Formats: sequence, C-alpha cells, structure tokens
Amino acid sequence: MRKLFLSMFAVSALAAGLSAGCTAQAAEVNVYSGREENLIKPVLDRFTAQTGIKVNLITAGADELTTRLELEGANSPADLLLTVDVGRLLRAKEMGLLQAVDSDVLESQIPAQYRDSEGEWFGVSLRSRVVVYDKERVNPAQLSTYEDLADPKWKGKICIRSSSNIYNQSMTAAMISHHGVEETEAWAKGLVANFARQPQGGDRDQIAAVAIGQCELAIVNTYYLAGMINATSAEQREQATKVAVFWPNQQDRGAHINISGAGLSAHAPNRSEAIQLLEFLVSDESQTWYAEANNEFPVRAGVPVSATLQSWGEFKADSLPLEQLGIHNAEAVRVMDRAGWR
Amino acid sequence: MGKHGSLLAIFVLCVLLSVPVLTIFSSVFDSSDGVWQHLVDTLLWSYIVQSLQLMLGVGVLVLLLGVAPAWLVTMTRFPGSRWLEWALVLPLAMPAYIIAYTYTGMLDVAGPVQGFIRDTFDMRFGDYWFPQIRSTGGAITMLSLVLYPYIYLLSRMAFLEQSVCVLEVSRTLGASPWQAFSRVAVPLARPAIMAGLALVLMETLADYGTVQYFGISSFTAGIFRTWFGMGSATAAAQLSAVLMLFILALVIAEQWSRNRARYHHTSTRYSQLPQLKLTGWKMAGALVYCLVPVLFGFIIPFLQLAWWAWDTRALVDFSAFSQLIINSLRLAFTAALIALILGMFISYAKRLQPGMPMRTATRVLGLGYAVPGTVIAVGVLIPFAWFDNSLDAWMRAQFGISTGLLMSGTLIAVVFAYIVRFLPVAMNTMDAGLGKIKPSMDDAGRSMGLGPFQILRRIHIPMLKGSLLTAALLVFVDVLKELPATLILRPFNFNTLAIRTYELANQERLTEAAASALMIVLAGIIPVIIISLSISASRPGHDKRA
Repeated sequence: MRKLFLSMFAVSALAAGLSAGCTAQAAEVNVYSGREENLIKPVLDRFTAQTGIKVNLITAGADELTTRLELEGANSPADLLLTVDVGRLLRAKEMGLLQAVDSDVLESQIPAQYRDSEGEWFGVSLRSRVVVYDKERVNPAQLSTYEDLADPKWKGKICIRSSSNIYNQSMTAAMISHHGVEETEAWAKGLVANFARQPQGGDRDQIAAVAIGQCELAIVNTYYLAGMINATSAEQREQATKVAVFWPNQQDRGAHINISGAGLSAHAPNRSEAIQLLEFLVSDESQTWYAEANNEFPVRAGVPVSATLQSWGEFKADSLPLEQLGIHNAEAVRVMDRAGWR
Repeated sequence: MGKHGSLLAIFVLCVLLSVPVLTIFSSVFDSSDGVWQHLVDTLLWSYIVQSLQLMLGVGVLVLLLGVAPAWLVTMTRFPGSRWLEWALVLPLAMPAYIIAYTYTGMLDVAGPVQGFIRDTFDMRFGDYWFPQIRSTGGAITMLSLVLYPYIYLLSRMAFLEQSVCVLEVSRTLGASPWQAFSRVAVPLARPAIMAGLALVLMETLADYGTVQYFGISSFTAGIFRTWFGMGSATAAAQLSAVLMLFILALVIAEQWSRNRARYHHTSTRYSQLPQLKLTGWKMAGALVYCLVPVLFGFIIPFLQLAWWAWDTRALVDFSAFSQLIINSLRLAFTAALIALILGMFISYAKRLQPGMPMRTATRVLGLGYAVPGTVIAVGVLIPFAWFDNSLDAWMRAQFGISTGLLMSGTLIAVVFAYIVRFLPVAMNTMDAGLGKIKPSMDDAGRSMGLGPFQILRRIHIPMLKGSLLTAALLVFVDVLKELPATLILRPFNFNTLAIRTYELANQERLTEAAASALMIVLAGIIPVIIISLSISASRPGHDKRA
C-alpha cells in the first residue's frame, strides 16, 4: 500500500517538475497563435535572431485560445493573440481581451481598412476568396460576381466546403453587410441549390473536385491554389494546371478579402516586446516572407508578391471595413443554417 | 486511516475529478440569447438523428468485428490464428482522424483509386459508381475500424476467464459449438462486451475530428459550430450537458436491463482451453473473418501512411521530431500510471461500498469519456483559472506577493484533463474484471482476518493483473492519440505528435502529416501488443510454454 502511495507521490512530483518550464529572465514575448506552428515559427525565429527577444508560442484554434485568454484573466501570460481571420480578432476585442496600441509604424504601414479604428488589432497579411473554374468546361465570360453564383445556370456545378468554415462565414457576413440579411438568405439558398455535392473537405479538395470534373466551379482562398501549384505532390500540381482563377465583382465592390492579424492582450506582461514583434510582422522582411512562403498578399503596399500570385494579375479588393465581417458573423451562421448549407 | 476514512478520501477524490463535468453541467443555468430557439428551428433535430445513426451503425459494426473474432482466436486454431490473436488489437493504435484522412486520401474523387479507374477505363467523373467516403456510412466504417478492438479485447478477456467447465456442460447438454458460443459464452461475457460497447459509443459521440472532416452534422459538430460560429460558449456547454445526460440515460438503461443478474464464475477450476482445429471451408471462413478488420483497420492505412512518409521524408526535421516523440510518450506514461492507481482505488471502493453516494460519484466521473476533449479542456480551464486567480488575489492582499497562474497552462492541467477524460476507460476495464470475482472470495479473505486493502493486494490484484495492465495501456494509447485537450491546455513551446499531425493535416497537407501520424501509430503498437499478449497470459492455468 505504502509503495502505491509513494509511486503516486513520485508521479505527481514528476508532473510538477515537468511544468516548471519557461521561467527565463531574459526578454521574452508570449504568443497565442491561431496560425499553425510551421506557418509562423520561421518569422518568430528571425525576430529572436534580430532582437534577442525569446518568443514563447502556443498554437491552437483561435476560438479555443480566446476562451483560454478570457478564463486566465488578468494573470494570463499571453502578450499577443494571432488569428487567421478578422472575425476572431473582433470577438476578442468585444470581450475586452485586447488593448489599444499606439504605434506610428503600424499606422503608417497598414492601410486603415485592414486595422481596427481604435488600434486594438492589426492585419498582417491578406487573402482573397475567389472562384476557381475548370478551364476546359467554363467560359470565364460567363462568370461575374459572388451574387451571380446563386443563378440557376450553375445548378449542380459548384463545390464549396462546409459553412462551419470561418472563411465561408466571413464571405457570407460580407454579403450581409452589402445586401442585408434577407437578400443574403435568398442568395445562400440559391447557392446551396447549385451545389454539385454536399459540402465536404477543405479548399484543396474543392479544387481537386473541379480538376477531375465533379464540379465546374469552386470557391476557395487564394493561397490554397498557390499551395497546390507549388506542392511536393506531382498529383496536386497536375490538378492545379486544370483550373484558373477568376476574381469576382471586379466591376463593382471587388473580391472578398480577409486578413490574418494580431492584437495586444489586455493584460500583456511584456507590452513593449509585444509591440516590437507586431511592428516586426509588418516589416519588409516578414511581409516578403509571408508572400513567398505562404503565398499570401502582403498587407503593405509595394512589397512584391510571389511569382504564382503575380501570374494571376492585379485585382480590385472589396473596400468593406473588415470590422463588418466580425459584426455579422453570428448572423451569417444563422443565415447559412436556414439555407440548409451544411 | 480506517476503512471509512479511506472510503471518504476516495469519495472526495471522485468529486474533485468530477469538477470539470459538473462545471459544464452548471452552464445549464446560464442564458444563451435565443441560440437554443435557433437550433430547435434549424439543426437540432438533424444533429440528434445524425448522432443516433452514427451510434447505431458503429455499435452494430464493432460487435460484428469484435466479438466473433475474439471467440474464434480464443477457442479455435487455424492458420494465422496465433498471429491474429494480437494483430486484431493493432487498429487501436490508429487514431480515428488519421484513418479518416488516410482513406480519404486514397478513395476520394481525386484520389489514386478513382483516378486509376478513370485512367484505365477512360471515364470521367460520374460515368461510374463509387461509394462516397465522406458520408455517414464512411464515418461509421472509419470509427468502427479503429474502435472494435475495445470489444475484441474485453470479450476476449472474458472468454479467456470463463471456466471451460461451463462450456463443456453446455456441450454435454447437447448444444452445438455455435450454441455454446451464442447461448453460453456470449451471455456470460455480456458485462465485458457491454463495457466495451459503452466505451465505443462514448468515443463515437465525443469524436469531432472524423465527423468534422467528413462534414457530418453530428451532435458534437453542432456543439462546436454553436461555440465557434455563433460565439456562444454557453449554448455549446449546454449542448454538451445534454449529451452527457443522454449517456447517463444509456448507462442506467443498460444496468437496469441486466437487472439483478450477476455473472460470477461458478467454478475456479481451469484447464488449458481445448482449442478446436478448424479445417476446410470453416478454416478459410474464420481466417477471412478475422483478417478483414486487421487488413482494413491497420495494414492498408499503415502502408499508405508509410508510403506518404517516405515520399516526404526530406521535409522531416529529426531533432524536433524526437522531442515530439519524447513529449508524447512522457505524457502518456504519466497519465496511464495515475489512471491505473486512481482507477483501482475507485473501482475497489465502489465494490466495498456500493451505496448511492459512491455510485453517483463514479457515474458522474464516468461521463468524462463521452465529452469532446475541447469541452473537457474548458471544464478544466475554468476551475483551474479560478483557483489560480483567487489564490493570487489572496496572496497579493495578504502578503503582497503575486503567485500568477500556478497550475493553468502547465502540464498538470493537461494530465488532469487526461485523467478526467480517460479514467472511465480504466475504470470500465477494472470493473469488468472485478465484477467477475465472486464476493464470497472477499468474505473468505475477511474471515481469515484480512483488511480491505489486504484483500485488494493479496486477492484481487493478483487475479486482476490482466485487467490492470490492459486498463493502463488503454489509457496510454488513448493519451498518445489525444488531440484537442492537449492543444488548448498545453504550456508554451510544447508540442506532441498528435498536434504536429493535426496542424499539417489541417492545412490540407496530408502527405506531410504522414510522418508524425506514423510515429503515433508506431508508438502505440508496442503497448497494444503487450496488452494482447498479457491477456493471453492472464488465463489462470495458462501454460507459458504453450
């Protein structure tokens, strides 16, 4: 019996020992990142190399991290919250989890449309949600707008992922802010009626489905196609050659845009280091890296984009203030529920 | 500490471990801003129907895949049966989300199999019929292929522990081998099979990775959609509470249907099992029947993963990779050991004191397994953060010292979540084992002057060795595969194999995710094989040389 208690004790001591990490004295900054480790660590490592500031990282879904930040409260170690869409940043702001940053660098480098008017969050890279079409079967002259995708002429031809996906929620939220709830619901119903199959898989799966002929159009984020064009798998590269990008709504509001961005935590223990990191994220070096390695569009004007993105040409982006996407997110989910968009 | 003191201590422990589950339940009293009305109007019904379909499908399929093979490898001999004895457990090492990724990669419209069909016969999509992998049927198949080993293990354990006399009596009374199986062995093994089925169904309900990947609107998918999409953590917690009530109802229904029947061994006489040598078409049938689950649940996905991993080997950073392996193994080992010790005490306390308070406490505790990992994680975060922040405030007020977050964001929180989630696995296994030991054994021990702990140590533990080892290893493998609670609770700069796999797969880089997925499987194989061999050896009177 005593042996069992002893081993129990030893185990708890072991567990306690395991937990006694990260108490370094040197300058550091703690990041809660909704972006996966391999898509952010290289930039953070460069930041450490340049400034000597150590970056501690936890990656998880932005919603989970926001919940953790909220529950940890005033004692939370988090300095920066990084997310891959604006809706989550706005939600964090509404929950009072962020604080305003007053930085000339951030304000001069990031266009006003891509940051919070009160300085609580900042976009660091851009992505667009576009139409990808089968080069063989679709005449791009028939394509025009997101709104047009609900037209019965596309019946049984459209592939798109589940409405649980945040990018679809943001796209629908943008629609609500342009056209109102009723018109958006009618649009969503029309779109659902045009689905070639029940929503499933990710964006790459939609592109592959177009390539093999299950559907003619897919609605996807730009970097997924760029990722397939540059994939290690020969099969994905082959599939990518069969499709082309169409930028919707070029005659009116422009293509739907979302950001990946960051905000300073309300109780950040390492405030100045965190602001330094934020500024580093919009530096020439990081912006070029985002563009090259992740095939995202830089948030700053004048930074060159990757060759793949260049090949798709210039496009007009929707100038809707991104706050709108967050404001309408919950309503967008309800609209999609009612439209039967799985 | 007297007997009552110990029991009280264990009761308090149960309550402590129930805190996350109770935290989720307490959300029922919060308001959720009309989200429920919206759910009732739109999707709630389809969530329920989808989840029931999944449970029914998985329930039937795991019984088909698990029980009969367990009987065949235990009671008969055919070519390969020795090998199948342990190979049938292998799919346990395969996380459900990984088998789903793998088969999707192979069988989806754009995958190599359909591509081959199109190229060979020069067809386009739509010219041929092919089953849709991302469907309810697909999800049922994937989940069953990796979950049936629970049934297999527990029923095999039960078959091995059955006294051969009972079976021989049934044969002398004129029962055919089939009747001996269906009318004697299976009913006798029912508590074990039901314990396995309960685990399988709870795991099915808690699954998020597979249903989300397949785009199935199960109840769990609904919980997350409500939480993330509508920003309503309260409504999500309320949905989880409903899920738990449902499980509770199932557990009670099962116990009620068993009524007062108990299945103890009536004899302690054991002999070497007389294994029937199968020949002819019976042999071929048995071989194929037992081979199918191993082939589809393990061999094919394993080979596909190995192929992908080889393809992307240039992208693997080996030093970072070995750290992931160490982290995963360390967590799994710690959690398994703690679950073993706690599970044993709690199961035993329940046997000693089967009164209402203890039964209720262990039942609430048992619900953890049915709750999605992320929800458990939130149930852990809330009390831990509350404790840390309250302590910090008190220390500041009294001594002007800030203690900050003592336990939140440490591995203690992670391991605690594992225990809450996986202790039911350990307890179910031990309960099934303990249930088969006749109470008269305890009485005999007591009459010889042994105290309760001596009875545990000198009578039960030796008889339960197989069950205990199985319980610990099941937790070990489960922790190895666990993703969501680790993801949200872990400290800075700490990753595991499951996290690595998930992050790459989430970026739709399945081939690159294969290397770490393969490591999870490989790390799980050894304990899985040990479980299997130890169960074979657990039979009283087992001949080590046989």
